[in-house]
Amino acid sequence: MNWSVVAQSVPLFAHAFGVTLRLSAISVILATLLGLAMALCREYRVPLLSQLSTGIEELFRNTPLLIQLFFMYYGFPSIGIKLSAQLCAVIGMSILGAAYMSGAFQGGFGGIPRVQIESARALGLSVPQLIRYVTLPQGLTRSIPAIAANAIFIVKETSVFTVIAVPELTNTARDLIGMYYHTNEYLLELVVAYAIILIPMSVVLTLLERRVRRGSFRTV
Amino acid sequence: MVHSALFDTALTDATRHGAVLHDAFSLASSSGRGIGVITAGDNLMRLFQGLGTSLSIAGLALLIGIPLGIVLGALRITRNPIVRVILRVYLECFRIIPTLVVLFLAYYILPAEFNIQVSGPTVAVVAFGLWVSAETSDTVRGGLVSVADHQVDAGRALGMNGMQLFWYVRLPQSINLMIPATINLATRVIKTTSLLLLISVIDVVTVGQQIMEANRMAHPDAAFWIYGFIFLLYFIVCWPLAKLAQTLEHRAKERNNG
Repeated sequence: MNWSVVAQSVPLFAHAFGVTLRLSAISVILATLLGLAMALCREYRVPLLSQLSTGIEELFRNTPLLIQLFFMYYGFPSIGIKLSAQLCAVIGMSILGAAYMSGAFQGGFGGIPRVQIESARALGLSVPQLIRYVTLPQGLTRSIPAIAANAIFIVKETSVFTVIAVPELTNTARDLIGMYYHTNEYLLELVVAYAIILIPMSVVLTLLERRVRRGSFRTV
Repeated sequence: MVHSALFDTALTDATRHGAVLHDAFSLASSSGRGIGVITAGDNLMRLFQGLGTSLSIAGLALLIGIPLGIVLGALRITRNPIVRVILRVYLECFRIIPTLVVLFLAYYILPAEFNIQVSGPTVAVVAFGLWVSAETSDTVRGGLVSVADHQVDAGRALGMNGMQLFWYVRLPQSINLMIPATINLATRVIKTTSLLLLISVIDVVTVGQQIMEANRMAHPDAAFWIYGFIFLLYFIVCWPLAKLAQTLEHRAKERNNG
Protein backbone atom coordinates (compact mmCIF):
# COMPACT_ATOMS: atom_id res chain seq x y z
CA MET A 1 0.00 0.00 0.00
CA ASN A 2 1.56 3.24 -1.17
CA TRP A 3 0.09 6.09 0.84
CA SER A 4 1.47 8.89 -1.37
CA VAL A 5 -0.57 7.43 -4.25
CA VAL A 6 -3.61 7.53 -2.01
CA ALA A 7 -2.91 11.13 -1.01
CA GLN A 8 -2.45 12.23 -4.62
CA SER A 9 -5.72 10.73 -5.79
CA VAL A 10 -7.87 11.94 -2.89
CA PRO A 11 -8.91 15.18 -4.69
CA LEU A 12 -10.07 13.16 -7.71
CA PHE A 13 -12.08 10.85 -5.48
CA ALA A 14 -13.49 13.82 -3.59
CA HIS A 15 -14.80 15.22 -6.87
CA ALA A 16 -16.28 11.87 -7.88
CA PHE A 17 -17.76 11.55 -4.39
CA GLY A 18 -19.63 14.79 -5.07
CA VAL A 19 -20.92 13.48 -8.40
CA THR A 20 -22.13 10.21 -6.85
CA LEU A 21 -23.76 12.08 -3.98
CA ARG A 22 -25.49 14.58 -6.27
CA LEU A 23 -26.78 11.98 -8.75
CA SER A 24 -27.88 9.70 -5.89
CA ALA A 25 -29.73 12.52 -4.14
CA ILE A 26 -31.55 13.60 -7.32
CA SER A 27 -32.44 9.98 -8.15
CA VAL A 28 -33.67 9.21 -4.63
CA ILE A 29 -35.89 12.31 -4.56
CA LEU A 30 -37.34 11.76 -8.04
CA ALA A 31 -37.81 8.03 -7.41
CA THR A 32 -39.62 8.69 -4.13
CA LEU A 33 -41.99 11.25 -5.66
CA LEU A 34 -42.70 9.15 -8.75
CA GLY A 35 -43.03 6.01 -6.63
CA LEU A 36 -45.53 7.74 -4.33
CA ALA A 37 -47.58 8.89 -7.31
CA MET A 38 -47.54 5.37 -8.76
CA ALA A 39 -48.52 3.81 -5.44
CA LEU A 40 -51.42 6.27 -5.00
CA CYS A 41 -52.62 5.51 -8.54
CA ARG A 42 -52.61 1.81 -7.73
CA GLU A 43 -54.16 2.23 -4.27
CA TYR A 44 -57.08 4.29 -5.64
CA ARG A 45 -57.29 2.20 -8.85
CA VAL A 46 -57.04 5.20 -11.17
CA PRO A 47 -57.94 3.84 -14.61
CA LEU A 48 -55.01 3.64 -17.09
CA LEU A 49 -52.50 5.18 -14.67
CA SER A 50 -52.69 2.23 -12.29
CA GLN A 51 -52.15 -0.23 -15.15
CA LEU A 52 -49.28 1.92 -16.40
CA SER A 53 -47.73 1.85 -12.92
CA THR A 54 -48.01 -1.93 -12.77
CA GLY A 55 -46.39 -2.18 -16.20
CA ILE A 56 -43.49 0.08 -15.22
CA GLU A 57 -42.97 -1.89 -12.00
CA GLU A 58 -42.88 -5.29 -13.73
CA LEU A 59 -40.73 -4.12 -16.63
CA PHE A 60 -38.08 -2.22 -14.68
CA ARG A 61 -37.83 -4.54 -11.70
CA ASN A 62 -37.14 -7.52 -13.92
CA THR A 63 -34.45 -6.05 -16.16
CA PRO A 64 -30.91 -4.89 -15.30
CA LEU A 65 -30.15 -1.16 -14.97
CA LEU A 66 -27.13 -1.61 -17.24
CA ILE A 67 -29.31 -2.68 -20.17
CA GLN A 68 -31.80 0.13 -19.47
CA LEU A 69 -28.95 2.66 -19.60
CA PHE A 70 -27.38 1.17 -22.76
CA PHE A 71 -30.78 1.15 -24.43
CA MET A 72 -31.34 4.83 -23.61
CA TYR A 73 -27.80 6.04 -24.23
CA TYR A 74 -26.87 4.05 -27.35
CA GLY A 75 -30.29 2.96 -28.64
CA PHE A 76 -32.35 6.16 -28.41
CA PRO A 77 -30.08 8.28 -30.66
CA SER A 78 -30.96 6.02 -33.59
CA ILE A 79 -34.62 7.03 -33.23
CA GLY A 80 -33.59 10.68 -32.93
CA ILE A 81 -33.47 11.16 -29.14
CA LYS A 82 -30.02 12.13 -27.89
CA LEU A 83 -29.58 12.49 -24.13
CA SER A 84 -26.44 13.29 -22.16
CA ALA A 85 -24.91 10.49 -20.08
CA GLN A 86 -25.85 12.08 -16.75
CA LEU A 87 -29.41 12.75 -17.86
CA CYS A 88 -29.77 9.13 -19.03
CA ALA A 89 -28.36 7.96 -15.72
CA VAL A 90 -30.75 10.04 -13.63
CA ILE A 91 -33.81 9.17 -15.74
CA GLY A 92 -33.00 5.45 -15.71
CA MET A 93 -32.23 5.35 -12.00
CA SER A 94 -35.34 7.39 -11.10
CA ILE A 95 -37.70 5.12 -13.01
CA LEU A 96 -36.04 1.95 -11.68
CA GLY A 97 -36.05 3.45 -8.19
CA ALA A 98 -39.71 4.45 -8.53
CA ALA A 99 -40.60 0.87 -9.51
CA TYR A 100 -39.22 -0.25 -6.14
CA MET A 101 -40.42 2.79 -4.14
CA SER A 102 -43.97 2.22 -5.36
CA GLY A 103 -43.82 -1.25 -3.80
CA ALA A 104 -42.56 0.25 -0.54
CA PHE A 105 -45.46 2.73 -0.37
CA GLN A 106 -48.01 0.07 -1.30
CA GLY A 107 -46.68 -2.10 1.51
CA GLY A 108 -47.28 0.81 3.89
CA PHE A 109 -50.76 1.57 2.55
CA GLY A 110 -51.68 -2.11 2.72
CA GLY A 111 -51.08 -2.07 6.47
CA ILE A 112 -53.80 0.51 7.10
CA PRO A 113 -56.84 -1.24 8.61
CA ARG A 114 -59.75 -1.38 6.17
CA VAL A 115 -62.08 0.17 8.76
CA GLN A 116 -60.10 3.45 8.66
CA ILE A 117 -60.91 3.99 4.98
CA GLU A 118 -64.54 2.92 5.49
CA SER A 119 -64.99 5.32 8.42
CA ALA A 120 -63.50 8.18 6.43
CA ARG A 121 -65.85 7.47 3.54
CA ALA A 122 -68.78 7.30 5.95
CA LEU A 123 -67.80 10.75 7.22
CA GLY A 124 -68.03 11.97 3.63
CA LEU A 125 -64.34 12.65 2.98
CA SER A 126 -63.46 13.21 -0.67
CA VAL A 127 -60.62 11.25 -2.26
CA PRO A 128 -58.05 14.10 -1.87
CA GLN A 129 -59.09 14.41 1.79
CA LEU A 130 -58.87 10.66 2.20
CA ILE A 131 -55.30 10.74 0.87
CA ARG A 132 -54.35 13.77 2.97
CA TYR A 133 -55.87 12.70 6.30
CA VAL A 134 -55.96 8.90 6.25
CA THR A 135 -53.72 7.21 3.69
CA LEU A 136 -50.62 9.40 3.95
CA PRO A 137 -50.33 9.90 7.72
CA GLN A 138 -50.88 6.22 8.49
CA GLY A 139 -49.24 4.74 5.41
CA LEU A 140 -46.05 6.81 5.30
CA THR A 141 -44.77 5.82 8.75
CA ARG A 142 -45.22 2.18 7.86
CA SER A 143 -43.35 2.57 4.56
CA ILE A 144 -40.36 4.52 5.92
CA PRO A 145 -38.01 1.54 6.56
CA ALA A 146 -38.65 0.16 3.07
CA ILE A 147 -38.05 3.63 1.58
CA ALA A 148 -34.73 3.92 3.42
CA ALA A 149 -33.72 0.45 2.19
CA ASN A 150 -34.55 1.50 -1.37
CA ALA A 151 -32.52 4.70 -0.98
CA ILE A 152 -29.50 2.57 -0.03
CA PHE A 153 -30.17 0.36 -3.05
CA ILE A 154 -30.24 3.44 -5.32
CA VAL A 155 -26.93 4.80 -3.98
CA LYS A 156 -25.26 1.42 -4.55
CA GLU A 157 -26.79 1.08 -7.98
CA THR A 158 -25.27 4.42 -9.13
CA SER A 159 -22.01 2.45 -9.47
CA VAL A 160 -23.49 1.04 -12.69
CA PHE A 161 -23.44 4.58 -14.19
CA THR A 162 -19.77 3.90 -14.97
CA VAL A 163 -20.81 1.95 -18.10
CA ILE A 164 -21.99 5.13 -19.82
CA ALA A 165 -18.90 7.03 -18.60
CA VAL A 166 -20.55 9.19 -15.93
CA PRO A 167 -17.56 10.42 -13.85
CA GLU A 168 -18.80 9.00 -10.51
CA LEU A 169 -16.80 7.00 -7.95
CA THR A 170 -16.57 3.63 -9.69
CA ASN A 171 -15.74 5.24 -13.01
CA THR A 172 -12.98 7.34 -11.46
CA ALA A 173 -11.48 4.28 -9.80
CA ARG A 174 -11.57 2.33 -13.08
CA ASP A 175 -9.94 5.20 -14.98
CA LEU A 176 -7.17 5.58 -12.41
CA ILE A 177 -6.52 1.80 -12.32
CA GLY A 178 -6.34 1.78 -16.11
CA MET A 179 -3.85 4.66 -16.18
CA TYR A 180 -1.55 4.03 -13.19
CA TYR A 181 -2.13 0.40 -12.11
CA HIS A 182 -2.14 1.21 -8.37
CA THR A 183 -4.99 -1.23 -8.02
CA ASN A 184 -5.05 -1.78 -4.24
CA GLU A 185 -4.82 1.91 -3.36
CA TYR A 186 -7.63 2.99 -5.68
CA LEU A 187 -9.91 0.08 -4.71
CA LEU A 188 -9.38 0.92 -1.04
CA GLU A 189 -10.37 4.53 -1.67
CA LEU A 190 -13.39 3.38 -3.64
CA VAL A 191 -14.64 1.14 -0.84
CA VAL A 192 -14.00 3.82 1.80
CA ALA A 193 -15.89 6.40 -0.26
CA TYR A 194 -18.95 4.16 -0.52
CA ALA A 195 -18.69 3.28 3.16
CA ILE A 196 -18.74 6.99 4.08
CA ILE A 197 -22.08 7.40 2.32
CA LEU A 198 -23.65 4.04 3.12
CA ILE A 199 -22.70 3.24 6.73
CA PRO A 200 -24.64 6.23 8.14
CA MET A 201 -27.58 5.35 5.86
CA SER A 202 -27.48 1.75 7.05
CA VAL A 203 -27.40 2.84 10.72
CA VAL A 204 -30.37 5.16 10.15
CA LEU A 205 -32.24 2.30 8.45
CA THR A 206 -31.69 0.01 11.44
CA LEU A 207 -32.91 2.69 13.85
CA LEU A 208 -35.97 3.42 11.73
CA GLU A 209 -36.86 -0.26 11.52
CA ARG A 210 -36.62 -0.60 15.29
CA ARG A 211 -38.65 2.57 15.84
CA VAL A 212 -41.45 1.67 13.43
CA ARG A 213 -41.66 -1.86 14.84
CA ARG A 214 -42.02 -0.45 18.37
CA GLY A 215 -44.61 2.06 17.18
CA SER A 216 -46.72 -0.64 15.58
CA PHE A 217 -46.58 -2.80 18.69
CA ARG A 218 -47.86 0.02 20.84
CA THR A 219 -50.98 0.47 18.73
CA VAL A 220 -51.89 -3.21 18.74
CA MET B 1 -15.25 -0.35 -23.63
CA VAL B 2 -13.41 0.42 -26.89
CA HIS B 3 -16.60 -0.21 -28.74
CA SER B 4 -18.61 2.29 -26.74
CA ALA B 5 -16.02 4.99 -27.25
CA LEU B 6 -15.98 4.41 -31.00
CA PHE B 7 -19.71 4.25 -31.17
CA ASP B 8 -20.06 7.37 -29.11
CA THR B 9 -17.74 9.35 -31.40
CA ALA B 10 -19.69 8.17 -34.39
CA LEU B 11 -22.89 9.38 -32.77
CA THR B 12 -21.50 12.77 -31.82
CA ASP B 13 -20.27 13.22 -35.40
CA ALA B 14 -23.66 12.29 -36.74
CA THR B 15 -25.34 14.77 -34.41
CA ARG B 16 -22.90 17.51 -35.42
CA HIS B 17 -23.85 17.01 -39.07
CA GLY B 18 -27.30 17.91 -38.41
CA ALA B 19 -28.66 14.93 -37.56
CA VAL B 20 -31.67 14.21 -35.62
CA LEU B 21 -33.56 14.46 -38.89
CA HIS B 22 -30.92 12.48 -40.68
CA ASP B 23 -31.14 9.75 -38.08
CA ALA B 24 -34.89 9.62 -38.29
CA PHE B 25 -34.60 9.45 -42.06
CA SER B 26 -32.08 6.65 -42.01
CA LEU B 27 -34.29 4.72 -39.63
CA ALA B 28 -37.27 5.16 -41.92
CA SER B 29 -35.35 4.18 -45.03
CA SER B 30 -33.83 1.12 -43.38
CA SER B 31 -36.91 0.22 -41.40
CA GLY B 32 -37.17 -3.51 -40.92
CA ARG B 33 -33.47 -3.91 -41.57
CA GLY B 34 -32.08 -2.78 -38.23
CA ILE B 35 -34.31 -5.28 -36.50
CA GLY B 36 -33.18 -7.89 -39.02
CA VAL B 37 -29.68 -7.75 -37.54
CA ILE B 38 -30.93 -9.81 -34.59
CA THR B 39 -31.74 -12.83 -36.75
CA ALA B 40 -29.12 -12.30 -39.49
CA GLY B 41 -26.57 -15.12 -39.85
CA ASP B 42 -25.95 -16.93 -36.57
CA ASN B 43 -26.50 -13.77 -34.49
CA LEU B 44 -29.54 -15.13 -32.65
CA MET B 45 -27.66 -18.31 -31.76
CA ARG B 46 -24.70 -16.28 -30.46
CA LEU B 47 -26.95 -14.06 -28.35
CA PHE B 48 -28.53 -17.12 -26.77
CA GLN B 49 -25.09 -18.59 -26.12
CA GLY B 50 -24.11 -15.34 -24.40
CA LEU B 51 -27.25 -15.53 -22.29
CA GLY B 52 -26.36 -19.15 -21.51
CA THR B 53 -22.98 -18.02 -20.16
CA SER B 54 -24.64 -15.39 -17.96
CA LEU B 55 -27.24 -17.83 -16.66
CA SER B 56 -24.75 -20.61 -15.94
CA ILE B 57 -22.58 -18.19 -13.94
CA ALA B 58 -25.66 -17.12 -11.97
CA GLY B 59 -26.62 -20.78 -11.46
CA LEU B 60 -23.19 -21.80 -10.21
CA ALA B 61 -23.02 -18.82 -7.85
CA LEU B 62 -26.40 -19.81 -6.38
CA LEU B 63 -25.32 -23.45 -6.12
CA ILE B 64 -22.28 -22.43 -4.06
CA GLY B 65 -23.81 -19.51 -2.21
CA ILE B 66 -27.08 -20.99 -0.95
CA PRO B 67 -25.66 -23.99 1.00
CA LEU B 68 -22.96 -21.74 2.45
CA GLY B 69 -25.62 -19.17 3.34
CA ILE B 70 -27.77 -21.79 5.12
CA VAL B 71 -24.81 -22.78 7.31
CA LEU B 72 -23.96 -19.14 8.06
CA GLY B 73 -27.62 -18.33 8.77
CA ALA B 74 -27.91 -21.24 11.21
CA LEU B 75 -24.71 -20.05 12.93
CA ARG B 76 -26.20 -16.57 13.33
CA ILE B 77 -28.71 -17.80 15.91
CA THR B 78 -26.08 -19.48 18.10
CA ARG B 79 -25.39 -18.01 21.52
CA ASN B 80 -21.72 -17.33 20.80
CA PRO B 81 -21.52 -13.52 20.50
CA ILE B 82 -18.17 -13.51 18.63
CA VAL B 83 -19.52 -15.76 15.86
CA ARG B 84 -22.66 -13.61 15.62
CA VAL B 85 -20.71 -10.34 15.36
CA ILE B 86 -18.32 -11.72 12.72
CA LEU B 87 -21.21 -12.97 10.58
CA ARG B 88 -23.14 -9.72 10.99
CA VAL B 89 -20.09 -7.76 9.80
CA TYR B 90 -19.74 -10.18 6.86
CA LEU B 91 -23.35 -9.48 5.87
CA GLU B 92 -23.04 -5.71 6.33
CA CYS B 93 -19.92 -5.63 4.12
CA PHE B 94 -21.95 -7.03 1.23
CA ARG B 95 -24.88 -4.73 2.07
CA ILE B 96 -22.63 -1.67 1.92
CA ILE B 97 -20.25 -2.40 -0.98
CA PRO B 98 -21.97 -2.23 -4.39
CA THR B 99 -21.94 -5.59 -6.20
CA LEU B 100 -20.02 -4.06 -9.07
CA VAL B 101 -17.26 -3.05 -6.64
CA VAL B 102 -17.27 -6.56 -5.10
CA LEU B 103 -16.76 -7.87 -8.63
CA PHE B 104 -13.81 -5.51 -9.17
CA LEU B 105 -12.29 -6.42 -5.82
CA ALA B 106 -12.38 -10.11 -6.77
CA TYR B 107 -11.16 -9.38 -10.30
CA TYR B 108 -8.10 -7.36 -9.28
CA ILE B 109 -7.25 -8.80 -5.88
CA LEU B 110 -7.60 -12.58 -6.43
CA PRO B 111 -4.83 -12.78 -9.05
CA ALA B 112 -2.53 -10.19 -7.41
CA GLU B 113 -2.68 -11.31 -3.79
CA PHE B 114 -2.98 -15.07 -4.20
CA ASN B 115 -0.82 -15.20 -7.30
CA ILE B 116 -3.25 -17.36 -9.22
CA GLN B 117 -4.45 -16.97 -12.79
CA VAL B 118 -8.22 -17.03 -12.73
CA SER B 119 -10.63 -16.55 -15.61
CA GLY B 120 -13.36 -13.93 -15.63
CA PRO B 121 -16.19 -16.46 -15.12
CA THR B 122 -14.40 -17.96 -12.09
CA VAL B 123 -13.98 -14.52 -10.54
CA ALA B 124 -17.67 -13.85 -11.13
CA VAL B 125 -18.78 -17.15 -9.58
CA VAL B 126 -16.63 -16.52 -6.49
CA ALA B 127 -17.78 -12.90 -6.07
CA PHE B 128 -21.47 -13.65 -6.67
CA GLY B 129 -21.27 -16.83 -4.58
CA LEU B 130 -20.01 -14.90 -1.55
CA TRP B 131 -22.64 -12.21 -2.08
CA VAL B 132 -25.40 -14.87 -2.32
CA SER B 133 -24.13 -16.56 0.86
CA ALA B 134 -24.32 -13.25 2.76
CA GLU B 135 -27.86 -12.48 1.57
CA THR B 136 -29.04 -16.06 2.12
CA SER B 137 -27.65 -16.08 5.65
CA ASP B 138 -29.94 -13.15 6.49
CA THR B 139 -32.97 -14.80 4.88
CA VAL B 140 -32.30 -18.02 6.79
CA ARG B 141 -31.74 -16.20 10.09
CA GLY B 142 -34.96 -14.21 9.61
CA GLY B 143 -36.91 -17.39 8.86
CA LEU B 144 -35.45 -19.32 11.79
CA VAL B 145 -36.21 -16.62 14.38
CA SER B 146 -39.77 -16.26 13.05
CA VAL B 147 -40.59 -19.74 14.38
CA ALA B 148 -42.67 -19.36 17.56
CA ASP B 149 -40.73 -19.75 20.83
CA HIS B 150 -43.16 -22.32 22.21
CA GLN B 151 -42.36 -24.63 19.29
CA VAL B 152 -38.65 -24.52 20.14
CA ASP B 153 -39.39 -24.93 23.87
CA ALA B 154 -41.60 -27.92 23.12
CA GLY B 155 -38.81 -29.48 21.09
CA ARG B 156 -36.37 -28.87 23.88
CA ALA B 157 -38.78 -30.43 26.40
CA LEU B 158 -38.77 -33.54 24.21
CA GLY B 159 -35.01 -33.65 24.70
CA MET B 160 -33.90 -32.51 21.25
CA ASN B 161 -30.39 -31.15 20.86
CA GLY B 162 -29.48 -28.02 18.85
CA MET B 163 -29.02 -29.86 15.58
CA GLN B 164 -32.35 -31.71 15.97
CA LEU B 165 -34.16 -28.49 16.88
CA PHE B 166 -32.78 -26.90 13.71
CA TRP B 167 -33.62 -29.84 11.47
CA TYR B 168 -37.00 -30.99 12.84
CA VAL B 169 -38.51 -27.81 14.34
CA ARG B 170 -37.13 -24.56 12.97
CA LEU B 171 -36.35 -25.45 9.36
CA PRO B 172 -39.64 -27.18 8.38
CA GLN B 173 -41.68 -24.30 9.82
CA SER B 174 -39.73 -21.51 8.16
CA ILE B 175 -38.67 -22.94 4.80
CA ASN B 176 -41.83 -21.69 3.09
CA LEU B 177 -40.78 -18.14 4.03
CA MET B 178 -37.20 -18.67 2.84
CA ILE B 179 -37.99 -20.06 -0.61
CA PRO B 180 -39.65 -16.92 -2.10
CA ALA B 181 -36.87 -14.70 -0.76
CA THR B 182 -34.30 -17.00 -2.32
CA ILE B 183 -36.07 -16.96 -5.69
CA ASN B 184 -36.08 -13.16 -5.54
CA LEU B 185 -32.36 -13.25 -4.80
CA ALA B 186 -31.89 -15.51 -7.84
CA THR B 187 -33.51 -12.90 -10.10
CA ARG B 188 -31.23 -10.25 -8.61
CA VAL B 189 -28.19 -12.42 -9.35
CA ILE B 190 -29.37 -12.99 -12.93
CA LYS B 191 -29.87 -9.24 -13.44
CA THR B 192 -26.44 -8.54 -11.97
CA THR B 193 -24.79 -10.85 -14.51
CA SER B 194 -25.23 -7.96 -16.95
CA LEU B 195 -22.20 -6.39 -15.21
CA LEU B 196 -19.98 -9.27 -16.36
CA LEU B 197 -18.90 -7.42 -19.49
CA LEU B 198 -16.91 -5.10 -17.20
CA ILE B 199 -14.61 -7.98 -16.21
CA SER B 200 -14.29 -9.16 -19.83
CA VAL B 201 -16.61 -12.17 -19.73
CA ILE B 202 -18.22 -12.88 -23.12
CA ASP B 203 -21.80 -12.51 -21.91
CA VAL B 204 -24.97 -11.61 -23.81
CA VAL B 205 -24.19 -7.87 -23.71
CA THR B 206 -20.68 -8.37 -25.10
CA VAL B 207 -22.07 -10.53 -27.92
CA GLY B 208 -24.62 -7.81 -28.65
CA GLN B 209 -21.86 -5.21 -28.84
CA GLN B 210 -19.84 -7.40 -31.21
CA ILE B 211 -22.86 -7.70 -33.49
CA MET B 212 -23.44 -3.93 -33.41
CA GLU B 213 -19.78 -3.28 -34.14
CA ALA B 214 -19.92 -5.56 -37.18
CA ASN B 215 -23.04 -3.78 -38.48
CA ARG B 216 -22.06 -0.24 -37.53
CA MET B 217 -21.90 0.99 -41.13
CA ALA B 218 -24.82 -0.94 -42.62
CA HIS B 219 -27.25 -0.57 -39.70
CA PRO B 220 -26.48 2.38 -37.43
CA ASP B 221 -29.77 1.74 -35.61
CA ALA B 222 -28.75 -1.81 -34.60
CA ALA B 223 -28.05 -0.58 -31.04
CA PHE B 224 -31.75 0.17 -30.56
CA TRP B 225 -32.88 -3.27 -31.63
CA ILE B 226 -30.09 -5.34 -30.08
CA TYR B 227 -30.27 -3.65 -26.67
CA GLY B 228 -34.05 -3.77 -26.88
CA PHE B 229 -33.85 -7.50 -27.58
CA ILE B 230 -31.44 -8.12 -24.66
CA PHE B 231 -33.77 -6.08 -22.43
CA LEU B 232 -36.59 -8.41 -23.47
CA LEU B 233 -34.47 -11.54 -22.92
CA TYR B 234 -33.70 -10.55 -19.33
CA PHE B 235 -37.38 -9.76 -18.75
CA ILE B 236 -38.47 -13.14 -20.12
CA VAL B 237 -36.05 -14.91 -17.75
CA CYS B 238 -36.70 -12.84 -14.60
CA TRP B 239 -40.41 -12.07 -14.76
CA PRO B 240 -41.72 -15.66 -14.34
CA LEU B 241 -39.35 -16.17 -11.41
CA ALA B 242 -40.56 -12.95 -9.77
CA LYS B 243 -44.19 -14.02 -10.27
CA LEU B 244 -43.47 -17.45 -8.79
CA ALA B 245 -41.83 -15.87 -5.75
CA GLN B 246 -44.84 -13.57 -5.31
CA THR B 247 -47.31 -16.47 -5.45
CA LEU B 248 -45.30 -18.56 -2.98
CA GLU B 249 -44.96 -15.60 -0.64
CA HIS B 250 -48.73 -15.00 -0.60
CA ARG B 251 -49.32 -18.67 0.06
CA ALA B 252 -46.76 -18.81 2.87
CA LYS B 253 -48.27 -15.74 4.54
CA GLU B 254 -51.78 -17.13 4.31
CA ARG B 255 -50.67 -20.44 5.79
CA ASN B 256 -48.78 -18.76 8.63
CA ASN B 257 -51.67 -16.46 9.49
CA GLY B 258 -54.41 -19.01 9.17
